[in-house]
Amino acid sequence: MAEHSDQGGRIFEVDDIRVTFETPDGQVEAVRGVSMHVGRGETVAVVGESGSGKSQIMMAAMGLLASNGRAEGAVRYRGRDILNVSVDDLNKLRGRKITMIFQEPMTSLDPLYTIEDQLSEPLRVHGAMSRQAARARILELLTLVQIPNAAERMRAYPHELSGGQRQRVMIAMALANDPELLIADEPTTALDVTIQAEILQLLAELQSRIGMSILFITHDLGIVEAFADRVYVMNKGLVEEDGPTARLFAAPRTDYTRMLLAAEPEGTKAPPPEGAPALMEARDVRVTFGRGPGLFRRDTRLEAVRGIDVTLRQGQTLGIVGESGSGKSTLGRALLRMIPSEGQVAWLGDRIDGLGTEGMRPYRKGLQMVFQDPYGSLSPRLTCGEIVAEGLLVHEPGLDGKVRTARVSEALRDVGLDPAMRNRFPHEFSGGQRQRIAIARALILRPKLIVLDEPTSALDRSVQKQVIELLRRLQRENDLTYIFISHDLAVVRALSDYVMVMKDGAVVEEGPTGELFDRPATDYTRALMRAAFDLRGLLADKAA
Amino acid sequence: MLSYALRRLFGAIPTIFIIITAAFFMMRIAPGGPFDQERTLEATVMENLNATFGLDLPLWQQYGMYLGNLFRGDMGPSFIYRDMRVQEILGEGLPVSVQLGLTALILALVVGAALGTLAALRQNSSTDYTVIAVATFGITVPNFVVAPVLSLVFAVMLNWLPAQGWGEARQMVLPVIALALPQVAIIARLVRGAMIEALRSDHVRTARAYGLPARMVVLKHALRAAILPAVSYLGPAAAALLTGSIVVEQVFNLPGIGRYFVQGALNRDYTLVMGTVVIVAVFVVVFNLIVDLLYALLDPRVRYD
Repeated sequence: MAEHSDQGGRIFEVDDIRVTFETPDGQVEAVRGVSMHVGRGETVAVVGESGSGKSQIMMAAMGLLASNGRAEGAVRYRGRDILNVSVDDLNKLRGRKITMIFQEPMTSLDPLYTIEDQLSEPLRVHGAMSRQAARARILELLTLVQIPNAAERMRAYPHELSGGQRQRVMIAMALANDPELLIADEPTTALDVTIQAEILQLLAELQSRIGMSILFITHDLGIVEAFADRVYVMNKGLVEEDGPTARLFAAPRTDYTRMLLAAEPEGTKAPPPEGAPALMEARDVRVTFGRGPGLFRRDTRLEAVRGIDVTLRQGQTLGIVGESGSGKSTLGRALLRMIPSEGQVAWLGDRIDGLGTEGMRPYRKGLQMVFQDPYGSLSPRLTCGEIVAEGLLVHEPGLDGKVRTARVSEALRDVGLDPAMRNRFPHEFSGGQRQRIAIARALILRPKLIVLDEPTSALDRSVQKQVIELLRRLQRENDLTYIFISHDLAVVRALSDYVMVMKDGAVVEEGPTGELFDRPATDYTRALMRAAFDLRGLLADKAA
Repeated sequence: MLSYALRRLFGAIPTIFIIITAAFFMMRIAPGGPFDQERTLEATVMENLNATFGLDLPLWQQYGMYLGNLFRGDMGPSFIYRDMRVQEILGEGLPVSVQLGLTALILALVVGAALGTLAALRQNSSTDYTVIAVATFGITVPNFVVAPVLSLVFAVMLNWLPAQGWGEARQMVLPVIALALPQVAIIARLVRGAMIEALRSDHVRTARAYGLPARMVVLKHALRAAILPAVSYLGPAAAALLTGSIVVEQVFNLPGIGRYFVQGALNRDYTLVMGTVVIVAVFVVVFNLIVDLLYALLDPRVRYD
């Protein structure tokens, strides 16, 4: 993308906008006076962490605020105010001159209608097209966004498409009426890195072909660097800093921007010492979901894990990377005997693969797990203290109440939380704090192995960095062994000393972290790494 | 889908069999019999009657005979309505009950969905509160209260509509309303809740972001998702309407099967009660199947195979 200035004229302007929400706890100011603009053909990124108000500006501009939200200030399209106009007037712009794509391609399309039906709506409503004309245009659009077998796929329902394809359909919808501005709200956040790269390539290519402006909202600085001409950095409802991308990355002017730029995970992990004892030995682990064919039933069997060997030594961190559906979480659960599997699993020399719930109980104390969604995995009805103490009630029932309280305090302190917060409920904590509670819950039992299933994926980069530091310190202090499951290669590289790359339930490649990241042996791993670490090069190659 | 429907129908056979068995034996455990009257009959007359109807045989044998006859489509002779087979008696009443029930069901769905949608669109407004109040009223007040009150007000006091009888459209109005009211209330609440959720959903946001007119956003995108819980409720609703019609048919003096159910039970007319049970059970099972198939039709994500 060439350097753009706003000589071409500002087509979109936000002037001192304020967004407030009426909540049961009083007024919340999400956006506190922000101004920004987008020039013709320009790509502008708005970057910020969750809660910075970046999405709410666009929701306000497009008349999509929740019913308890209110916006003040001005939003102008080609000099005309669009914030204080009727819905009918706004509808002449929305979906026509200004279009949007959203974070969740899963839910942004109506599950009950076909792709054709949904794509035809903006065409028929704004362009008054006949059904025939709309169909021809839809075919053209789906081909443009590179959906294979477009003629056939347009009859499909959203659930029959993959996440990447759904986002392509959303892009097709956004392009339907040749818009002047595309607002993309975290459009690749829910996608795998390789799919993310494809979608960004597609957007860049379409932009150079069609000439629209793009306003890109994201938390991912890698995307900003590769994709945007100009950046606004937002924090707590205000713009901290703005400027051309190259300048901002080379010489950030505010501490906040510097902090964001430095928040990429760093460091490496040394392998455990030579003679470290083996903790877990697993041979030919297989997991199959679904049921075989029956009288009136199709074969629904799916092999999620296809014969994987794992050897874990004390103090090791095994990183398992792979895209969604690769079977990495399933493998983690199978190793802890949380789901039925085939193959041998030995823990400290004992075979645990044949054991049921009762038989596994004595081992559970040593084998703990932390999940991705720190909110969903903490019971909302229990206090933080009760959640952390629960494991002790099961595994050390004889413990005196006072000792138990002391252990809870110790565990909370260990993860960097104030024990005085033990009577609060999960919703009163931030995402990063919740993940700390989940780690404390595992830690209090003094386990040997913790399986960490995407523990940092729902967190902002700056919070992620703190959690990574925490995990490192806890590992050092307690001689812990981790299985670290993630789709995020940067985090895996920082935390693991040995990495397995999974695809379609099998291991594509494995080896010591440094070796694997420096000299990936398979095309698949290379593609994964390029998409994760060299987005800019990937987009530049495509443009060339 | 066809194989699913067939599988469900086969699966329903044991269900119906269990219902028949339970009803048969519960009925017989209850004290009294069809020929007990205030003036006790002579022993020989009683013996003759029991022999004629097979009541002198052991219970399990009677049960086997009943099942055998039922399998051949014969629900047996009524004990009270002399010279009538049960299927003849119920065959007269069934069309009335079905017409009454289906009309009430359709009314409940249409009115309930409309009220629920209205309430959701004006959430926390006076419209919303009124709908909720009416819905709560409709759910809490039983139809043996609603039916006589409707009859009293609109038929006796205002004289707008007939209080009883069957055949004219006018005569259907009050019983259908009395029967549908609680269902209107339940469906309105279901649709309201689902609609509020649907209006906040991402795909409705997409529809709005693409400048679709409000009518299209609500009716095409939000309502279709919001109606799904109400559709799955139609199975239980059909059952509730059938049992509700027993009361309503009594109050408005309608020739449906409901009154035979009550009279049959009071008179210990074993075969008549059993016949009603069989019909209601089959109806509920079939209706639940229809609802499930309808659901798959409305929601492409649901596939039976």
